[in-house]
Amino acid sequence: MADSSTALVNRTRSRGGTRPRAAAAGRRSVTAYLFLAPFLIIFAVFVLFPAVYGAWISLHVWNPLIDNRPFVGLQNFIDLFTPDSLTFEDFWESMRATGIFVVGSVPLLLAIPLLVATLLNRKIKGGTVFRAVFFAPYVLGVAVISVLWRYLLDPQLGAVNAVLGLLGLPSDTPWTVDVPWAWISLIGITVWWTLGLNTVILLAGLKGINPDLYEAASLDGAGGWQKFTHVTLPGLRPVMTFVVTITLLSSANMFGQSYLITQGAPGTQTRTAIMYIADQGLGQNQMGAATAMSYVLFAILAAVSVLNFRLQRDNTK
Amino acid sequence: MSSLVTTTIPQNRLPRSRRRAPNALTYAALFIISFIIVVPLLWMLLTSFKTDFDAINAPASPIPNPFTTEAYSTLATGNLPILRWFANSLIAATAQTAIILVTASAAAYALARLDFWGKKFVFGLIIATLLVPGVIFLIPNYLIVDQLGWLDTLWAIIVPGSAGAFGVFFLRQFFISLPSEIEEAARIDGAGDLRIFLQIILPLSRPALATLAVLSFLANWNDFIWPIYVLLSPENLTLQPGLSVLQGTYSTHFGIVMAGAVIASVPVLILFTLAQKQIVESVATSGVKG
Repeated sequence: MADSSTALVNRTRSRGGTRPRAAAAGRRSVTAYLFLAPFLIIFAVFVLFPAVYGAWISLHVWNPLIDNRPFVGLQNFIDLFTPDSLTFEDFWESMRATGIFVVGSVPLLLAIPLLVATLLNRKIKGGTVFRAVFFAPYVLGVAVISVLWRYLLDPQLGAVNAVLGLLGLPSDTPWTVDVPWAWISLIGITVWWTLGLNTVILLAGLKGINPDLYEAASLDGAGGWQKFTHVTLPGLRPVMTFVVTITLLSSANMFGQSYLITQGAPGTQTRTAIMYIADQGLGQNQMGAATAMSYVLFAILAAVSVLNFRLQRDNTK
Repeated sequence: MSSLVTTTIPQNRLPRSRRRAPNALTYAALFIISFIIVVPLLWMLLTSFKTDFDAINAPASPIPNPFTTEAYSTLATGNLPILRWFANSLIAATAQTAIILVTASAAAYALARLDFWGKKFVFGLIIATLLVPGVIFLIPNYLIVDQLGWLDTLWAIIVPGSAGAFGVFFLRQFFISLPSEIEEAARIDGAGDLRIFLQIILPLSRPALATLAVLSFLANWNDFIWPIYVLLSPENLTLQPGLSVLQGTYSTHFGIVMAGAVIASVPVLILFTLAQKQIVESVATSGVKG
């Protein structure tokens, strides 16, 4: 890397100077773009263009079945912040559902994996087997784990209530059809499904902490808890920032679990933002309004991510 | 033994190692968590071998009584073409993985080993999209796929998703770490970029390419929101939207629904068993590097 970057500097300095060099640089650029071309073509068509196209759609009343798609400026966005508009209540109800899910799932998806990673970081036999077992549900798709839990948690016919009944516990809990149970189910299932992902990332972080720091803390007379708060947590901070970010984003994008397990029930209380946006845009053909919603969701997620980075950085100082 | 020493002369205690020796409690906790993880999956497998009657009437017992494969034969011969869905999923995931390996490795080679005009900009552009939530692309890509005539075809499942930034980023990190000596020797011998890429970089990167292949296959196989909206006819579905249809059709025939879930799980669980180490390691270090 070092030589190539100096080569770059030399070339920029001599720009317009020696002609053969500039020609060679041009030829190298052509070669590089030939290598990049297959990827960049797909990337431009299905990533770059849609990002801009979506913004354009959000400025229109856009129903794909109707040829007349009037330009309405920011009206779709204004509607989302106007209490008596058609979409206001449903949109913010779905954002609230997403918010409840994020607030309920993210702390558990940090605390439980951290605990499990600490256990796995001890000198245990079969550590890689445990790690693989904890990770296994994550390789199954959301559809698989959702139809599985939809069955297990069925209030009348499911295994969970049946087993609870055998144990003499209440056997009529409406796991999938009433709040707060539906939230407990959705959060619990998601923790069960994805805890292995965060566990293996945090475990790698724990292994990266310098053991000398623990020895130094021991010599200073630090106990287990003090070592955890003064060595483990600070040492884990960069990895933790990463885990917090990916967990926040994936929880905020929750769709399949609600779609398949609660179908938004009761009423539309567990219908998440993604579920509502997808339904408005692709189910109801209100594409202008739906793309506007997706940009509002994106803006909020970006703001939360930036805030998270700031907080973690300030903590380090 | 050493505990004797420490109890008698506590002030001379040796510093304990970073990795604490496990006790019975550690193992108890790990076994309880394993139990919670594994039991629902076993329940799915066992329920798929139950009769319809048994699945509804004995929900508290996971053991099939009698043991039957009738759920699977109902699926194979019923109205829903689950074997077709299986084939569709297999074709789509394989094709997308192939496209990703070819396009991402070539792009990553340019970004990792070549100097060119606009390199920083191109790389920045690709990385920036890693953080954009997928919902932003959902509606515009639906319209683009419609324009291309790809709605309700496997093309919609194969091509758009292969434009992800992850593969390029992942391979670039690996290519950068390769030593440059062999490459320089080849250059002196007159090898061009294409030969260096095909005969030096790619063979050296087999482990990284294999890991990316497995991760790409899993991601495509498990994708849900996109296929439920772009695939429409029953015979064109892949397994994940198929499971949603299955649940709607056989709502309380739990044995059949679980059999469908098992069929959708088997390929990825086999893949995971074979490539467990690579998958877990690559995911684990993503946080340390990032």
